[in-house]
Amino acid sequence: MLLLETQRTLPGTIDMKQKTDVLQGTLALMVLKTLDVLGPLHGYGIARRIEQISGDLLAVNQGTLYPVLLKLEQEGAIASDWGASENNRRARFYRLTKDGRKQLQVETKDWEQTAAIIGRFFEAKAEDLS
Amino acid sequence: MKSLKRFFTRLFNSAAQRAQEERLREEIAEHIALQTAENLRAGLSPVEARRQAMLKFGGVESMKQDYRAERGLLFIENLLQDVRFALRRLRNSPGFTAVAILTLALGIGANAVVFSVLNALILRPLNVPDAESLYGIQHGNEASSYQSYPDYVDLRDRNRTFEDLAAYDAAQVGLDTGENSSRAWIILASGNYFDALKLQPHLGRFFHASDEHGSNSAPYIVLTHAYWHTRFQDDPGVVGRVVQLNKHPFTILGVAPPDFHGTLLFFNPAFFVPIVNQEQVEGVNDLNERGKRFVFMTLGHLKPGVTRAQAIADLNSIGSYLEKTYPKDDAQRTFTLARPSLYGDYLGQPVRAFMTALMLLAGLILLAACANLGGLFAARAADRSREIALRLALGAGRLRILRQLFTEAVLLSLMGGAVGLWGSVVLLHGLSVWQPFSKWPIHLSVNPDANVYAVALLLTLASGFLFGAVPVRQVLRTDPYEIVKSGSTARIGARITIRDLALAAQIAICAVLVTSSMVAVRGLIRSLHSNFGFEPHNALLIDTDLTMSDYRGDAVPTMQKRMIDSLERVPGVESVGLIDTAPLVAGGYIGSLVFTDEAADLRPSNSVAEAYVLSISPEYFHAAGTALLSGRTFTWHDDKDSPRVAVVNQEFARKTFGSPTNALGKYFKKKDGTRIQVVGLVEDGKYQSLTEDPQPAMFLPILQSPSSQTYLAVRSSREPGELLAAVRTSLRAVDAGLPLYIEPWNEELATALFGSRMAATSLGIMGAMGAMLSITGIFGLAAYSVSKRKRDLGIRMALGAQPREVLQAALGRAFKLLAFGSAAGLLLGILASRVLAFVVYQATPRDPLVLTGVVLIMALLGLLATWIPARRALSLDPLILLREE
Repeated sequence: MLLLETQRTLPGTIDMKQKTDVLQGTLALMVLKTLDVLGPLHGYGIARRIEQISGDLLAVNQGTLYPVLLKLEQEGAIASDWGASENNRRARFYRLTKDGRKQLQVETKDWEQTAAIIGRFFEAKAEDLS
Repeated sequence: MKSLKRFFTRLFNSAAQRAQEERLREEIAEHIALQTAENLRAGLSPVEARRQAMLKFGGVESMKQDYRAERGLLFIENLLQDVRFALRRLRNSPGFTAVAILTLALGIGANAVVFSVLNALILRPLNVPDAESLYGIQHGNEASSYQSYPDYVDLRDRNRTFEDLAAYDAAQVGLDTGENSSRAWIILASGNYFDALKLQPHLGRFFHASDEHGSNSAPYIVLTHAYWHTRFQDDPGVVGRVVQLNKHPFTILGVAPPDFHGTLLFFNPAFFVPIVNQEQVEGVNDLNERGKRFVFMTLGHLKPGVTRAQAIADLNSIGSYLEKTYPKDDAQRTFTLARPSLYGDYLGQPVRAFMTALMLLAGLILLAACANLGGLFAARAADRSREIALRLALGAGRLRILRQLFTEAVLLSLMGGAVGLWGSVVLLHGLSVWQPFSKWPIHLSVNPDANVYAVALLLTLASGFLFGAVPVRQVLRTDPYEIVKSGSTARIGARITIRDLALAAQIAICAVLVTSSMVAVRGLIRSLHSNFGFEPHNALLIDTDLTMSDYRGDAVPTMQKRMIDSLERVPGVESVGLIDTAPLVAGGYIGSLVFTDEAADLRPSNSVAEAYVLSISPEYFHAAGTALLSGRTFTWHDDKDSPRVAVVNQEFARKTFGSPTNALGKYFKKKDGTRIQVVGLVEDGKYQSLTEDPQPAMFLPILQSPSSQTYLAVRSSREPGELLAAVRTSLRAVDAGLPLYIEPWNEELATALFGSRMAATSLGIMGAMGAMLSITGIFGLAAYSVSKRKRDLGIRMALGAQPREVLQAALGRAFKLLAFGSAAGLLLGILASRVLAFVVYQATPRDPLVLTGVVLIMALLGLLATWIPARRALSLDPLILLREE
């Protein structure tokens, strides 16, 4: 029953897709930055790091990280290998590639530009716009 | 670049699915283990630590779905998955699959065949360059294209709208290559024929306008590629060879291109000869006879930029010039343009009408097939309602479920389409090599081309989506909660479902098909037994032309008399009669204007009738079995030196003298002014076609109106087939070199009946298909409703219901639908048959036999189709059933 009702109240598919895309884009950038700063990490480690910094973005759905990791790996921005985790079990470790570093630089610059523009826009007062 | 790389990675991943799935599973496990450990360190109980970890991770399955979507090409993967699932489902119900494929194969096959013929006859342009600007000139007031040669020359030289005008006629000749002699059909073509059609020879050269220098000046032959192949074995050395044509030397100039056999689609001549040599070919020279319209067709390309209307106006202005200049010969000359490939509108119009009607019927068959399958599909979807509800409850999208249903439908339709197309290709190959007439070089290539395949594919996909769409509403409305809670909702009985409507529609369509095929077949039977004005049974017909052995002038009647005498001595022969144009067999009738005896001004507008002119020997009426109503027939003394006499038919007498009774002894005049006395009156008959209205005809003594074209009717008391050999020997003894056709007369009539026979056959096939479809449709519904109501029926039987009541409960609905559908179909069929009446002679839907026949057939089909389900219903064992449920 619960399942059904959620399904019925889901927003239109297009909105959902857009939302996912935005989320994915943001997440991807965070993943790249995390790996850049901390070096190779497994999925859980990345999730923890993002959670620490961004607060509740991944508080509920840590799982959503994995499709993003896969996408980045397919694009060649990151690579992965098996390694040993803190539990001394097999875990998949992700690391930034050369392409990924380049992508991070470009996107960081883009992001900063966008943020600066939006920031200026919000700070602008009525007299500045007239 | 990046997206391309991803595409290939994804494609690869689609293939390496299992390893990926395993890796993800492991990663998730480790992720949760790490989180659990973290939670334990924070002081949670082990159970709670794990629970929190999993909550934090979120929905594993939906994440996996996203992950898979990211990893591979979801669409292709899903499609493959759907196809595999559909194949499995189809394999699990082989009966349904077989019926569905067969049904679709019939529907799509029928459409492919009809469309292929339509394509070959109407849609595909003639195989000449710039076929779209090529037109034939046709008379404005009738669907005929005959011109006299002088009129053709005037049209050719005076028009300003055609690039060039060519003319042609068909004729039969005797060809002697030195090795053997045989008859052949040829095209008599104007000198500019090939140049006007913009053709290039395959070998040697064509003849040109510059080769014509008056009568018999161009003894040349251009072979068709096919005849060159069969008769001369592709020998390139034939160019320049001299052969005997009707005993005259003709030189072979060249070979026409492989795919060109003249501009009549169905007519396949052996070679082309310049029309200026008409005298050597046909024994007469009509090149200067403005009144004798013997040229079969005049055709040419419109100049660039000239519209059809402009060309017609141009031709009509020449027409009025001809009317003014030659009032005696050229009355009422108006023109129009038509496509030359089907003899203008003469055949073109009925063929177009019939093929359109046939295409419509074929479309109806496919529609019926789709309705049929739609019903079955809806039933299957209803059976799966539990499964569908479960899948919905587990979070499957409705679109995904619909896509799965459509995959199954399209898969089925593709299989059916493939089978149907294969069958139709086989059939069409057969049709293409089929030569319906032994005497005439008539066959038609209807082999499918790319158009046909494209249409078949389109129809296949369309019908897949059409019948696949029937259960859509059902799926969309499925309420998983209700179904999972209450079990299957088999609410049969009260409401009219889409399935019922589909079945009723299908039965109605099938009844239309059955009705129209019955009407057509009845019409054909009746026309086979109608009164032709002669008796084709127990008679042979010999067809020859004395020109082919170069008999001329007085030699012709002498030879004809010798042939008759020789035949009369054959044992078993009762009488032998000669006629120059055998009714319903020979083409090219000559009409003559008839004037009353009092008429002084013999211009066409003053004539009282245009009558067929038939030259006969004295014994003809007896040999042909034509009833002489009053007066006398001819004798051999009615010759050139005695007074001109005629025997006329009733219609002639009615038109010329007001009534049949007072015609005897009266005189009438022909256009050249000869006075002819009526000495006898015979019954009306059919002359040109079975469907014609009563036509006036005059019979003249062969000695007063000689003709080298000779048909001999041989009536005998014995089976005509037994006489064949004796008749042939006796004629060989008279002239061994004369080419002959000898056949029982009623077989010769096949030509005249060809149209209605083909129509009846194709409609009969359509009707049979309709019948088959309604059987499968009713069977499907009946079997389904029995299997659905097993439990209900079991309870009834346990409570003491009689077999009759059980049957009524199980099959009453099917029968009701059958009755409604049949009634609607019968009504529609009767309406549609009005259209048929134009094509099939004597087709009338208001025929008690047809009506009862259709009702009986539909009832029989219903019985047949419900037989097995009924047996199943009656053999139910209530005990076992109730225990099972």
